[in-house]
Amino acid sequence: MGFGIIVFLAVIIGVLGSPGVTSRPEAAASADVSAHPNSVPETPEIFGQEKVLVLEEVEEDVMMTGELNPNQYPAQRAAKVVQHYLNTCYGSPYRVIGLNRVHSGNAQDVTDSGRKFQLEISVQDFISNKTEKCSAEVFFPSGGQQRSPQVHASCEELPKINTQAQEEALYQKYKTNQSRLSAELPDSFGHIDPDMEPLWHLGTVASSFIMLNESTENTLYNMAQVANITQLATENEQLKFDYHILLHEMVSQEIIHWKLLFTWSPPAGVKVLQMEQLPHSHHHEPLNTR
Amino acid sequence: MTPKCWMLRLFVLISSGLETSGGSGGGLQSTRSYDYTKYHPMDEIYRWMEDVERGNPELVSSAVYGHTVEGRNITLLKLGLDNSEGREKKLMWVDCGIHAREWIAPAFCQWFVKEIVHTYKTNEKLEQMLQNLDVYVTPVINVDGYTFTWANDSTRLWRKSRSLPLQGSNCYGVDLNRNFNANWGTVGVSFDSCANTYCGKSPGSEPEARAVMDFIGRRVNQTLCFLTIHSAGQLILLPYGHPEISAPNYNELVSVGEAAAAEMKKVHGMTYTVGTSPQILYPNSGSSRDWARLMGVPFSYTFELRDTGEFSHLLPEEQIQPACEEAYAGALSIITHVHDKTFSSAAVAAVTGVASASGVAVAILSTVVSALVTAGVSACD
Repeated sequence: MGFGIIVFLAVIIGVLGSPGVTSRPEAAASADVSAHPNSVPETPEIFGQEKVLVLEEVEEDVMMTGELNPNQYPAQRAAKVVQHYLNTCYGSPYRVIGLNRVHSGNAQDVTDSGRKFQLEISVQDFISNKTEKCSAEVFFPSGGQQRSPQVHASCEELPKINTQAQEEALYQKYKTNQSRLSAELPDSFGHIDPDMEPLWHLGTVASSFIMLNESTENTLYNMAQVANITQLATENEQLKFDYHILLHEMVSQEIIHWKLLFTWSPPAGVKVLQMEQLPHSHHHEPLNTR
Repeated sequence: MTPKCWMLRLFVLISSGLETSGGSGGGLQSTRSYDYTKYHPMDEIYRWMEDVERGNPELVSSAVYGHTVEGRNITLLKLGLDNSEGREKKLMWVDCGIHAREWIAPAFCQWFVKEIVHTYKTNEKLEQMLQNLDVYVTPVINVDGYTFTWANDSTRLWRKSRSLPLQGSNCYGVDLNRNFNANWGTVGVSFDSCANTYCGKSPGSEPEARAVMDFIGRRVNQTLCFLTIHSAGQLILLPYGHPEISAPNYNELVSVGEAAAAEMKKVHGMTYTVGTSPQILYPNSGSSRDWARLMGVPFSYTFELRDTGEFSHLLPEEQIQPACEEAYAGALSIITHVHDKTFSSAAVAAVTGVASASGVAVAILSTVVSALVTAGVSACD
């Protein structure tokens, strides 16, 4: 019985046709009505009115301004910038935020200044797996000098889960350490030693400062790997690290090497002291210091 | 679409219920001991292909259809069964590893072959499809690049082939997925040989891309479906990569893609977004997917597998199984649609049980069918 209904519906849909079909209109008004009934009045070609029976396969354009399609790249790239921003604000060795979904977006040109995006997104804490909704605004400045996007965001619950005890334990563990720590997080097989996970997360958070700074409407950044970690002497109660980081930029598909000097402690969070793009041996890129 | 969804539901129900372990004996031994949840270097993949072929001669044959810049074999496995009527068979293409660092892609191609080898004897629908279609799977197209990513820690994120540097440069490699003869060199490429989207000196200049074009080029009329597997991003991309060019069957490509994404989501809850590359990723040209569609292959898709940025190309081995399970569901959804569209009345005919593996299978099959029909089960949502 169920199958019969399905067949019936299929027939109905077939008869009614798809919404894209345009039917031929009535013959043009200038046809000679007084002509002999057996003759066929010549239908003059009227451009724009004469339509051929065609199944229109209309591809969706990419919306760049006004209401955005949340699945298309403009909203997705802007939302990724919000992810980087949230990590710079709230990230820690026990809290790393990822973009989960874009629900809706809107974009406007700001004359002679740039483009502004408003977004409704969901983000996910990679460690606790909790998701929450955020409203955000991203402004991409235009113009010659490479200026970083400006972000405002408010989320339902951030900051929330108490990671204080874990952060304190980590801090104590590394407070008196100073050495080159084992690198490659993750390794070629995607593995990270559970002991090293907090330092991997710390790398993601610190990278977010670079990724936020470097982002434009034409980029999509993720941290690919922590290539090397050197811990320096603790300074002013802050753990101090020198990280060699690989970023993946999706649009160009390039892997970009950065050197990052930063400090961290549970009360102060991550503070970046120095960021430096490194030349890759295969390429001829000049050293670009910030 | 609805009757096909219904058939797909039935198919999944049967395949999950009837899958047996223990296989048909010795030939499957080595493929059953191969660890599909680990990444394998190229020499292991070559050996595995030999083992699969040797262990399943009625289903699997192999062919070397080209050579890489460094002289390595580009090898495919052909999966298909004889059909008793000697009908001309149609063709389905799956390739993996055009981009060297996307390790989950070759892992998927191996998983895909394994699934078919291990389930076709107890899966009526799959068996029937293999009688009508030959499925050509290339586990690694960019063998040089893939091998290079295994060399040491610093080479893991290589993307391109290993073609020699141009005069005056010290940069190797061409982005093979920008080298195909499809609007070559128009968008989303670089002409700088050091860049990761360098499209090569001319369309099809690279032997790896050339090999695919030559092979499919001779068989376009029989080719129904072309799937090219990549990572990452969790996307199903349809042609074309050029923002101003649309495929004539765009609407159908979207609906079949969305049905695949829906099947993928059912497996582990992961979202795969469907659209053209310029819509959901970035404009590009010279891709294998675009070339296939341009040549007339009606269904051509790029699968971008897990994840969405946490690990990107360095997907942990623990995720190989779930990633492959969902990708398999998606690929099968497309293959089934394409098969059923081409061999349309066969879908219902299969219910009456043609060349079934066991009487039990037939009995279960017809019981389930009649139960579903009388219960008025609604189509997929």
